[in-house]
Amino acid sequence: MRGALGKQYRDGETIIRQGDVGDCMYVVQSGRVEVVQSSEYGEQHLAFLESGNFFGEMSVFEKEVRSATVKSAGEARVLKVDKKMLLRRLREDPLLAVNLLQTMSHRIRDLDAELSQHRETHL
Amino acid sequence: MQLSSHASVADSFSSIDESKETDFTLRDGARIAVIGGGPAGSFFSYFLLKMADAIDLEIEVDIYEPRSFSQCGPAGCNHCGGIVSELLVQILAAEGINLPPSVVQRGVESYVVHMDVGDVEIESPAHEQRIAALYRGNGPREGGDVLLDSFDGYLQGLAVDRGARVLRKLITDVEWLDGRPCLQNADGDSSQYDLVSVASGVNSNFIKMLDDHPAGFVPPRTTRGYICEFRSTEEEIRRILGSSVHVFLLSIPRFEFAAIIPKGPFATVVMVGDNLDQELVHAFLQDPVVRKCFPTDATPCVCSCSPLINLGARKRPYGDRVVLVGDGGVTRLYKDGIGAAFRTAKAAATTAVFQGVSRKDFAKHYWPACRAIANDNSVGKFMFATNSVFKHSRIARSAMLRMAQREQEKESAKPHMSSLLWNMFTGSAPYLEMFRGTLHPGFVSNLLLNLAVAIRPERSKRKVA
Repeated sequence: MRGALGKQYRDGETIIRQGDVGDCMYVVQSGRVEVVQSSEYGEQHLAFLESGNFFGEMSVFEKEVRSATVKSAGEARVLKVDKKMLLRRLREDPLLAVNLLQTMSHRIRDLDAELSQHRETHL
Repeated sequence: MQLSSHASVADSFSSIDESKETDFTLRDGARIAVIGGGPAGSFFSYFLLKMADAIDLEIEVDIYEPRSFSQCGPAGCNHCGGIVSELLVQILAAEGINLPPSVVQRGVESYVVHMDVGDVEIESPAHEQRIAALYRGNGPREGGDVLLDSFDGYLQGLAVDRGARVLRKLITDVEWLDGRPCLQNADGDSSQYDLVSVASGVNSNFIKMLDDHPAGFVPPRTTRGYICEFRSTEEEIRRILGSSVHVFLLSIPRFEFAAIIPKGPFATVVMVGDNLDQELVHAFLQDPVVRKCFPTDATPCVCSCSPLINLGARKRPYGDRVVLVGDGGVTRLYKDGIGAAFRTAKAAATTAVFQGVSRKDFAKHYWPACRAIANDNSVGKFMFATNSVFKHSRIARSAMLRMAQREQEKESAKPHMSSLLWNMFTGSAPYLEMFRGTLHPGFVSNLLLNLAVAIRPERSKRKVA
């Protein structure tokens, strides 16, 4: 693609792996990626993310390993955002965090809804 | 309505500072005018409306931009090399602004540094395309058949989506009525506003009106650059230049630096030098190093200009109910002008929404963002002066080249020189950070070693070859 930014991933190619140490977050530029989590019960699908969505942001704010694996679902183009750059900019411009916080807040809301539904199903 | 004299416009802006008004808070129904719809104006409008919406503040934003960025050539152009830095691409992505492929003419994955002693390709540290080569307008003159979207048009669209209104009118005068600015346009209409953001850029006539008056808005120092668009086919440009920006460190008198940027079927040549004239442009284009990289004889120049480039900072880019954003106020030295427009526009918008629109509010909350850029430029001037010294010494050029080549060959090598050259040419890091990098013992010892090798002519020739 003439003007694409980021890096191209093939269908099924792993972008980040659960358990790895991360030093950046990612923003989907085109295509779709799948978030999966492995546990003792096997691999579970968590979400599909599309153009404009980001992932891997938890590694920017905490020193924990990646909580899930993200792989390309079809061909996808993904841009890497460096942790060091982001934290330095956040110091100069705290409002840069608003967009990230809005998305993270939205995800907590979705998780709350899922948890509530899960509890209702099992009561 | 008559055009005001130059002095009266500036007088209008400076006289309001003596106003006794104390309430400078933007309230529901506040009207804001933005003069200039380029990146600075669109970023300002976008963030102003976004932040106002976050605190349920209802405001109106009018962007005055007589040009349409859907036009080819000078009519829709903002006279710029058209590079969005690695830093800004990432920041925009974190802000939720992702540049579409129709806007980005080429994702850049490396810079090739050309010197008479050889050349070296420096790959992006992230090993991906994080620098965007694009057009500010709808491409060069005679490029109407090429499908592309304008960067400035795209940003303006974002501001419009947030609720801004674009008025294709030229502002010709400003008056102050009851302590508020009243803009008059070329049609003879006038509108009163609570805040005016001047984002019209160092090349605009409106900024020149301010510059002509010594009180308050002391203009920044400027120089002229040279931009030329060469046309070929997309395949040919890709074959010759790849997805790299080619930069030149040549020992030509008065020459500072130049870059050739691939953009679809075009290649943009950007050049900076002292008293830049046709003679210097010709000397550059005919230099054997340039001809080897990009033979301009076979590719016609379809559009060229010599825009002003801001080299300093306006002494006070704000007043009561007025703020200057973008390169009309302050910008980064030679690099990342769009990034500086983003930073100043967002800082000004944040100040206006959360603090107020008085001179004191801007001095306390907006000026620090401008001062940080201006202070960093001071270090940048030193870096470019040092670069000039190196550029005119064959031994120093050979040492720089050898050091960068070795770093690129060995993945395990610390990229001291590569990082410096990458950041100098891409504008990916503050000049202060680059300067600190040059004080690193690894940088100093490696440079000394390579200088020593370069001083021994026969051996250095073999190594460089």
